[in-house]
Amino acid sequence: MRVRVEQTALPGIGVRHDLVTESGRRLGVVSHRNGRRDLVLYDPDDPDACQADIPLTDDEAEALADILGASLMLGQLSGLREQAAGLLTEQIAITAGSPYVNRKLGDTKARTRTSASIVAVLREGEVIVSPLPSFRFAAGDVVVVVGTRRGLDGVSAILADSDPDG
Amino acid sequence: MHDSTTLLVEVGALLLLLGVLGRLSRRVGLSPIPLYLLAGLAFGHGGLLPLAASEEFFAVGAEIGVILLLVMLGLEYSANELVGNLRSAAPAGLIDGVFNALPGAAFALLLGWDWVAALVLGGITWVSSSGVIAKVLADLGRLGNRETPVILSVLVIEDLAMALYLPLVTAVLAGTGLLGGGIALAVAVGTVLLVLVVAIRYGHLISSALSAKDPEALLLGVLGLTLLIAGLAAKLQVSAAVGAFLVGIALSGPVAHHATELLSPLRDLFAAVFFVFFGLVTDPRDIPPVLLPALALAVVTMATKTLTGYLAARRVGIAEPGRWRAGLALVPRGEFSIVIAGLAVAAGSVEPRLAALAATYVLITVVTGPILARLPDFPWFKRWLRSRAAAQRPAPVPIHD
Repeated sequence: MRVRVEQTALPGIGVRHDLVTESGRRLGVVSHRNGRRDLVLYDPDDPDACQADIPLTDDEAEALADILGASLMLGQLSGLREQAAGLLTEQIAITAGSPYVNRKLGDTKARTRTSASIVAVLREGEVIVSPLPSFRFAAGDVVVVVGTRRGLDGVSAILADSDPDG
Repeated sequence: MHDSTTLLVEVGALLLLLGVLGRLSRRVGLSPIPLYLLAGLAFGHGGLLPLAASEEFFAVGAEIGVILLLVMLGLEYSANELVGNLRSAAPAGLIDGVFNALPGAAFALLLGWDWVAALVLGGITWVSSSGVIAKVLADLGRLGNRETPVILSVLVIEDLAMALYLPLVTAVLAGTGLLGGGIALAVAVGTVLLVLVVAIRYGHLISSALSAKDPEALLLGVLGLTLLIAGLAAKLQVSAAVGAFLVGIALSGPVAHHATELLSPLRDLFAAVFFVFFGLVTDPRDIPPVLLPALALAVVTMATKTLTGYLAARRVGIAEPGRWRAGLALVPRGEFSIVIAGLAVAAGSVEPRLAALAATYVLITVVTGPILARLPDFPWFKRWLRSRAAAQRPAPVPIHD
């Protein structure tokens, strides 16, 4: 399950992430500063060179990531971290012991109480983006939260079994 | 006082011509820099059709052009990138400096010029054009290549070195001799370090003082700040260009990103004016005598640049084809070689043929560089590499085609 993704800085351009697949092919993504992304496929004969370099807009990249999985969603969130000082993202797992298993997101009142927002839920490899207050948690869900350090700690406490109002 | 209507006509006609030339160059897939230079040569002293009224306008525009070129360069990098890269890239940067600055300096001495001209020519042959190279890499779809960070790190070191080299040259050209140059260098080193520390620690404060929300205010704010600092730097005998570069470094985050977008058109305009102005003040009649020396210098320094990239890529374990790609991509010299030559010409105390040599040299490398960069993509080049590899390793190599 664990994949090694190498990150390389490209001064003046952005950053490159690449990985080698189990089938022996190398592929990568060049993230430009202006939000453009290039999907890069490496040449099997010359591992240093790209065979194809496909520019993607933000929306295209997101659509592709939706098909492939949750990785980009989180990548964009971690990008927030650099843009807005003090804004952090965190993934919080709903354990079986959490008071909110089988209860609605709205019941947590997380945003009112901590001013941190639940922006997505990861469930069995799927991403539920912007879950509504009527969304029901299940054990094993991973909640993606954006907020300040204190806000995130607050949400963690609410979702763990230590919520005083649970 | 010149008649301002003549000025409008001359400037307008020339800019229109530049627009046509720029379009033409994009059709062919060349950098427009050589065409701008040629246009300047055609309309300058001893050219086909000397412009009289607009020389002053172009002189001021050219200075603003240099400042904008440098501030945009600074905006491209964050201070962390410059410093974080330093330790790993330093050996490659050192090889680069030795291999490429020394031939230029030696060449000037061979031609019987003085050591000031040698210092200037060394700088001209040392600095690769990051603008041309970044464009070539993007055009050839090589941004993802694993040798690309090597190329970029060499460019970063060069740009940092420029921040120390330009004040030194400015001082030496002002006739202060070695001692004055040393003092200028010490001041420059101190200033650069200070700005880097401030940018890394408090960069967000400087950036938050300029809001990214209001484009108009941001444009005026960044441009004003840049010109102000550049002017102050020039007053302090540290070069104006370096002051601008440091302003670019100090700005980061969304402000830098928006400022880049806003300043790009201005940079394009004034940089074009700068290249034209350099052509204007270069007498085309000086070019034929320096044509052969420039050609020889270009051939030698293209070879040394290629070797630089090859060795730098070898150090980080890139395979043979990637080493060649890195080496050949580093060949083009462009805007900064002209900036250095322009400084020397403006000072007026240096070998008069230097401008002609620099112009010819840049014309040669900026045109051939991007062509050379394509070489490793050709099948015959790959075949040659494979046969080389086969010769080096007696074991049979499987050939995929």
